[in-house]
Amino acid sequence: MNSRRIRVLIAKPGLDGHDRGAKIVVRALIDAGFEVIYTGLRQPPEAVAQIALEEDVDVIGLSSMAGSHVPYCKRLKELMIEKGLDDKLWLIGGVIPMPDQQALKDVGLDGIFPAGTRLDDIVDFINEKCK
Amino acid sequence: MTTQQYRPRKKVTGASVKRQDTERPVFNESGIEIKKTYTADDLAASGGVDMVGLPGEYPFTRGIHKEMYRKRPWTMRQYTGFGNPEDTNERFKFLIENGQTGLNVAFDLPSQIGIDSDDDLAIGEIGRVGMAVDSLRDFEVAFDGIDLEKITVSLTINGSAAIMIAMYLAMAEKRGYDISKLRGTAQNDILKEFIGRGTWIFPVEPSIKLVADTIEYCAHNAPKYSPVSVCGYHIRESGADPAQEMAYGFVIAKAYTDLVLARGLDVDEFASRLSFNFNIYGNIFEQVAKFRAGRGLWAKIIKEEYGATNPRSMVLRMIAGGGGSGLTKEQPDVNIVRGAYYALISALSGAQTMALCCFDEAYTIPSEDSQRLSLRTMQVLIEEMGMCDTVDPLAGSYYVETLTNQMRDRMIEVMNEVDEQGGIVKMVAEGTIQSKVSAQAYELLQDIESGEFPKVGINCYEMDEEEPEVEYHPYAEDDARTQVQRLQQLREERDSADVESKLAKLADDAREGVNVMPAIMAAVKAYATVGEMTDALVSVYGRYNEPVRF
Repeated sequence: MNSRRIRVLIAKPGLDGHDRGAKIVVRALIDAGFEVIYTGLRQPPEAVAQIALEEDVDVIGLSSMAGSHVPYCKRLKELMIEKGLDDKLWLIGGVIPMPDQQALKDVGLDGIFPAGTRLDDIVDFINEKCK
Repeated sequence: MTTQQYRPRKKVTGASVKRQDTERPVFNESGIEIKKTYTADDLAASGGVDMVGLPGEYPFTRGIHKEMYRKRPWTMRQYTGFGNPEDTNERFKFLIENGQTGLNVAFDLPSQIGIDSDDDLAIGEIGRVGMAVDSLRDFEVAFDGIDLEKITVSLTINGSAAIMIAMYLAMAEKRGYDISKLRGTAQNDILKEFIGRGTWIFPVEPSIKLVADTIEYCAHNAPKYSPVSVCGYHIRESGADPAQEMAYGFVIAKAYTDLVLARGLDVDEFASRLSFNFNIYGNIFEQVAKFRAGRGLWAKIIKEEYGATNPRSMVLRMIAGGGGSGLTKEQPDVNIVRGAYYALISALSGAQTMALCCFDEAYTIPSEDSQRLSLRTMQVLIEEMGMCDTVDPLAGSYYVETLTNQMRDRMIEVMNEVDEQGGIVKMVAEGTIQSKVSAQAYELLQDIESGEFPKVGINCYEMDEEEPEVEYHPYAEDDARTQVQRLQQLREERDSADVESKLAKLADDAREGVNVMPAIMAAVKAYATVGEMTDALVSVYGRYNEPVRF
């Protein structure tokens, strides 16, 4: 459709500092040919929404390991609507307990990639949805 | 130094049921080629037995005590803490009743990064991954009814460690303990937080200055307390191989040691209180060789490079634990078996203290049942398997001794590489070490996904499975509210003029560059909060800006 590469924001929401997974996903997405913006640790929802807007990304990906993702995503959703970002592909990965997965889908997450997901599955999902 | 073929991790491989080709070379994770058979010739070629010695004697390769577990089995110290101090106190008592011999405190993230429970950033995080702590009052509740002489306490705290150490000492003092005799440990290894785990607050330089402050303060006031536990553990969890894990731990420990020596302390005044934390997952023989090699190497460094004369300064005291990265979300019951092998590795390695991961860790905060199962795993080894009968049972094996020599050489290579790149503090500040271990983590995952690196349940012996039934630890909104209310009540009850003056003194001392521990102790005793004291320090030191490199 256009020659622009798919732009992906990877963010670490909340206060947790375990970033092995986030950084692995960043590397895999770069290798798959996406343009990737990584926020670093401890990003509040306001910062993630603002960076997503400024960087004009197609995909917003969150890496959550410590369990605070449901209230976080509810707040981020409000900000995404406010800034006109609610059409972006919205993904989350990490330690996402089963009971939270439905709650996150209800909030509006398009893709949930719990620990154990193959990197190719994330790449394929983004390519498919951003066609 | 012996020559050995080193291959980067990308091509790491083990012998596997899938690989019947006996001519294919086999490498361990640290990049050392493993032979089919070892003989006395291999051992001689690797450097011989000069570094082996006897347990309890320099160079301590075989163990830091003469009798090891015969005299006292390893301390069992499971990582625990959640919700309010009351909730945590209850779990502590449960574990002690079940035979646990030490405590290992988990703090929630607001406490770890120096913000109070009534801060907006704490919403949804209070008591979630550990116990919430705002003031000395929370320590008083958490340790109520626990005998601090019988049970040693380890605080898993880093960015705000100076404050939490002060709270622990102040709490013990209030309860009538003589802090000059008090034992205990704080993790307080900030350099590794910049590499993995991420609970930094201040920029790198003031962060390591605070570590030196705590070591100096404890050397003078609480000489039995271990103010630092240098962690290779989390660097391995972030992607380092076993030899790098230990080598990076040593360059970090040396960085702290250099800072304290520059203040005029003698190495023998504090080196015996430095402790370490290493990981136990992976190839059994590689890990055992890692620990044996590390003990000899650290003793040599402290004796020969730093001129220590007291043998107790030279011993590598350690907690060996984990290792969550070895566990899988697939077929979680298999993690129980992995945990048992990890405990075996730790016991064969001669660790003083063990913290074993729980099988449900990949899903949730461990339940009482899973924590008890980890305790029982260790207790079976102690009581039924003969693990306490004799010291360093693998000594003298051609393979283990050869590998021990090779692992030590590999660690020296890694330490030299760090020196050549300007030292660990520079590498951390510039983000180069973070980038290196994260690249390795990516390569390893690619090897797991391709099947090159075997992992049961992921790339071999996979099963179609339903999401297993796991007892999820719920987030207690009520407890979070109580914590905030109690904090607000404290703010009303305490002498606020006194708090203000103590915080002003803390900022002054930070500005003048003197040791801030006395000022932190005074502020803690006035019931200043973690957030208030952190803010006073931030007003002088500023905050860390994370370098992101790929």
